[in-house]
Amino acid sequence: MMIETENICKSYGKIQAVKSWSISVKANEIYGLIGPDGAGKTTLFRLLTTVLLPDSGKGVVAGYDIVKDFRQIRKEIGYMPGRFSLYEDLTVKENLQFFATVFSTTIEENMHLIKDIYSQLEKFSSRKAGKLSGGMKQKLALCCALIHSPKVLFLDEPTTGVDVVSRREFWQMLKRLKQEGITIIVSTPYMDEAEMCDSIALVNQGEFLRIDTPNGIVSSFDKTLFSVKSNKMHQLLNDLKQYSNALSAFSFGESIHLKVNSPTIKQDLSSYLSDKGHSELEIQEIKPNIEDCFMAMTSM
Amino acid sequence: MKTFISFVRKEFLHILRDKTTLLIMFAMPIVMIILFSYAISTEVKNISVAVLDFSKDEQTNRIIEKFNQNKYFQIKQYLTTNKEIEVAFKEKKINLVMVFSENFAENMLHTHEASIQLLADGSEANSGAMYIGYAQGVLGSYLKEINSDAGATQSFQIQTNSTMLYNPQSKSEYNFVPGVIGMMLLLLNAMMSSIAIVREKERGTMELLLASPMPPIQIILSKTIPYLTLSSITLLLVLVFAHFVVGVPINGSVGLLLLLCLLYIFTALSMGLLISTVMQTQISAMLVSGMVLMLPTIMLSGMVFPIESMPNILQWLSCIVPARWFISALRKIMIQGVDITAVSTEFLILIGMVVLYLIIALKKFKIRLQ
Repeated sequence: MMIETENICKSYGKIQAVKSWSISVKANEIYGLIGPDGAGKTTLFRLLTTVLLPDSGKGVVAGYDIVKDFRQIRKEIGYMPGRFSLYEDLTVKENLQFFATVFSTTIEENMHLIKDIYSQLEKFSSRKAGKLSGGMKQKLALCCALIHSPKVLFLDEPTTGVDVVSRREFWQMLKRLKQEGITIIVSTPYMDEAEMCDSIALVNQGEFLRIDTPNGIVSSFDKTLFSVKSNKMHQLLNDLKQYSNALSAFSFGESIHLKVNSPTIKQDLSSYLSDKGHSELEIQEIKPNIEDCFMAMTSM
Repeated sequence: MKTFISFVRKEFLHILRDKTTLLIMFAMPIVMIILFSYAISTEVKNISVAVLDFSKDEQTNRIIEKFNQNKYFQIKQYLTTNKEIEVAFKEKKINLVMVFSENFAENMLHTHEASIQLLADGSEANSGAMYIGYAQGVLGSYLKEINSDAGATQSFQIQTNSTMLYNPQSKSEYNFVPGVIGMMLLLLNAMMSSIAIVREKERGTMELLLASPMPPIQIILSKTIPYLTLSSITLLLVLVFAHFVVGVPINGSVGLLLLLCLLYIFTALSMGLLISTVMQTQISAMLVSGMVLMLPTIMLSGMVFPIESMPNILQWLSCIVPARWFISALRKIMIQGVDITAVSTEFLILIGMVVLYLIIALKKFKIRLQ
């Protein structure tokens, strides 16, 4: 195991940010920590990167204890915090050079790791980091986190605020880095990115919901999911929540997803909604995705 | 070592790219010194002198004549009694009163010593001291003249007894310049360095530095070097200005003077870094270093009020103000021209302060986030 925690806890005053989490990340996998804002993702990252002390529980990164051997861990890890944390008044090249020397290495030594990413940045190499676009900033931050060839890479919401194309590119890069033998633990609030991970942990408000592979989570969904549309979308969500057979209902894009026990109630549902005054009904049974599973676990 | 150099280089880039910092580092001290010296130099010419001559002999006439010839002095009034002195100051706009004792020439001839009392209006301390200084200069050159006339066998002396009326603890601009330098170097460096570490906390880069193998001592020390360099340049400018424009003498060794200033800058920087490790925002760090340091530095350093005349408790308190030791040593070196043995106490105390501040800063430096 590259990373292992055992009942790790951390609270800020009365707020329990991380409630007794136990995770284990295998070497050379992409591990996704999926959950909305305030789930405790950033806190866990800070605990694992040794910049915060846990209140209780144990944690091991790359074979070192996160409390006792923090100096060793700091040599082995690459960390990209959620907030852009490079020197905005230094240029792209200067930032990269600085972080290389902080880890007593050179840009050239580990160029092979960052070549693909850096090649896109190279034409801006004398531009100040603060003047880069959002996507470019993320790429530079990733380069800086990779420059010393870390064993484990911690990426805290690397794709937040980045456009769809850049996000897809970013995940391609992570797949390549995995082939270089780097273990990657990444957090994201975007459920659609969960499918790119080898294992995922769903978290919400400091609570641990479930750990599995993305497929495992989807296939563990043993209920039926309907996608429902009507001419009165605002009213529809309320009506569905009051529907006696509904296990949960939440809006998803342009439709409302309804979780029920069995597909056989479709007819009953359709007449229930007609009685409520809905027309132009579209009721479809669909395959659940990670977000459905997450919503089904947390809502209603 | 390579890491350290790279860190120092990064700090230099931060400062050089921040126009505000540069402006404060260089413009503020120079403006202060220019304003200060300009305020003095406008007062120098046309010193109105009143003479109270109880002797009225050949010697006193020659001295008065000397003053009349000097372009800085104008004899405006001849007084006859002591009582007229106060009136002269209050109503006649007289800057300086010269009182010759009785039997001036006779004393000079027989005892080779005579005395003159110089009275200046001390309410404007700096100019008052300057008038007296100028008058002493004229008397000095007069003495040289009569001494060389008389040959090597005799040497005459004139005792000048100068008093600043309305401000008996007379302070001269010579004493003031070390004070200004002391305050300026401290505030400048402490304020600049106090935001250095806090800025990394605010920008979030501290989180990255903490998650790296960089040792805290390197982070702290590397922040002092660029400020030390820039302050040294500022210091040289200020010293050149103080010496050549304001006319403050540098009687001691220049090497010792620079050594003292470097030590003091380092003291101020380590104090700023200590503040920086404790504070969480740049604003609070600025406020603490600016407000909290400014008052004691001005009030308790001996820059404005002489330490000897303070109540005991304040005298005792003033010992923890670095500026007190610096200004004292600076005066000794610049004006009295002493060597290192005479200022060893000040040096040792300042070194002690640097070590103390740095150790506390290192202890207070959080190796983790709060």
